[in-house]
Amino acid sequence: MDYTAVIGLEVHTQLSTESKIFCSCSAGFGAEVNANTCPVCLGMPGMLPVLNKEVVSRGIKLGLAVGSSIARTSIFARKNYFYPDLPKGYQISQYELPICEGGGLEITLSDGSRKRIALTRIHMEEDAGKLIHGQNLGHPDSSYVDLNRTGVPLLEIVSEPELRSSEEAKLYLEKLKTILEYLGVSDCNMEEGSLRCDANVSVMPKGSDTFGTRAEVKNMNSFRYLQKAIDYEIERQIALIEEGGVVVQESRLYNPDRNVTISMRSKEEAHDYRYFPDPDLVTLEVSDEWVEDVRNSLPELPDAKRTRFMERYSLPLYDADVLTKSRDVADYFEEALKTGGAPKTISNWIMGDILRIINERSLTPAQCPITPVMLGELVSLIENKTISGKIAKTVMEEMEKSGKNPKAIVEEKGLVQITDSSAIETEVDKIIDCNPGQVAAYKGGKEQLIGWFVGQVMKATRGKANPGVVNELLKEKLDKA
Amino acid sequence: MSLTEEDVRRVATLARLELSVEETQKFRGQLSSIIDYIGQLNELDTNDVEPTSHALDLKNAFREDVCERKFDKESWKSNAPQTGHGHFRVPRVIEE
Repeated sequence: MDYTAVIGLEVHTQLSTESKIFCSCSAGFGAEVNANTCPVCLGMPGMLPVLNKEVVSRGIKLGLAVGSSIARTSIFARKNYFYPDLPKGYQISQYELPICEGGGLEITLSDGSRKRIALTRIHMEEDAGKLIHGQNLGHPDSSYVDLNRTGVPLLEIVSEPELRSSEEAKLYLEKLKTILEYLGVSDCNMEEGSLRCDANVSVMPKGSDTFGTRAEVKNMNSFRYLQKAIDYEIERQIALIEEGGVVVQESRLYNPDRNVTISMRSKEEAHDYRYFPDPDLVTLEVSDEWVEDVRNSLPELPDAKRTRFMERYSLPLYDADVLTKSRDVADYFEEALKTGGAPKTISNWIMGDILRIINERSLTPAQCPITPVMLGELVSLIENKTISGKIAKTVMEEMEKSGKNPKAIVEEKGLVQITDSSAIETEVDKIIDCNPGQVAAYKGGKEQLIGWFVGQVMKATRGKANPGVVNELLKEKLDKA
Repeated sequence: MSLTEEDVRRVATLARLELSVEETQKFRGQLSSIIDYIGQLNELDTNDVEPTSHALDLKNAFREDVCERKFDKESWKSNAPQTGHGHFRVPRVIEE
């Protein structure tokens, strides 16, 4: 039988605020163990959490960016569970009346079509601490607790179960990450855990409209693992059903080393969170003015930027998509354009060499040794025929190594293109004279030999001859030879 | 409304309490009468009453996003029952 997968994602993103959500401890990553703690986030008796206003603003910001409705009245709840990563015995979260409801975002599928994925809600909550178990740190019978992360603000973004493959799930998460980065609400560093994802996965017979029982897959901290874990889980459920078994509703942990998901049932005994409104936190009321202030602070979002790039710079969808995936790359592109180079040529160089350089060296576009101005100048040199595209590659390598500007490199190394046809003609004549065998073969019908001749001329001129002129002259001369 | 012993055991588990058989029976009676007492509220018609989320009629208690160290970097240890390798140390929570 054929099956359809049904997937919904719950994404947690850590906000890059200065302080935690309910106390003034640093929300930064990488401090000494337990150094960023105080009685509030340690859950000491008598502590009183006070809400960080900036967290609310960022929640509103994300909500507006994805078209959610912003709740004018919102409350916090206690989610009760017993685990040492949470010293209070409950997590402060939102249950009824979250800050945002509804909204959605659009993904572009591999065939170029667009699909809108609806959101259920976005809510604010506090992060839990970090545990290290047994011999990984110390005694096999102990777990070790670092509470620096406890109380770091999170936004949880819950999608409707509208994703139908691991590929769609990956595209959705990528899009969400792009939006979060554009907004500057989170740094989305997956290695440091600032973007984490759980997936609700079920399968149903193709054509059915009744969802199967779902399992929740946890612990996928990279795009690759997200896809692999979902694919594994879909296969597991289909195999189970085909064998006559039933899927049970449970949490499963993804193990990337073995590429399997493992049931966590034994560890989670009777999930009963007993949510109730937290009496320590008063009702949150968001005024229209507040929402409008945040709306006015919104940057141009990826979809709008992509459309503008296509319309204003006549870029193909693919280019506009790649360039706008990161706000920094988009800014780099527009900065390079200021030098007057052709948008499509600049785009090609960014999608090729610039992205390769920054990915290989894990740099941000702003840290790239080739500045937007340098790239723009390089493109101008090609356009005014000072250098050929091939020489430009050499100049690019040199820019990457030395950080010198392209004009200086071209002058220093004598790379100026020979467009003077008499100079090229001399070389063409020489090649034709010295290679009578190839000339005869060419004339005998092996026309693809033209490439070989071009190569010889380019070699003789150390790549500086204008390839267009070379081609033209060669054809002309060979026909007469 | 009368609670079953199973209900009492479940509440005890969630609250991390270990109850003897006698205690379970004793609390079953006491908890049932508490729930019945609160249950009197169900006799009221609350259709037109907004649900209460907080006892105080206060709104919007905020702090600005300012990071401030109010306690010494080592102070977390002062109330820790057990520490090890610079962490809080607790009984192991997951098996191999």
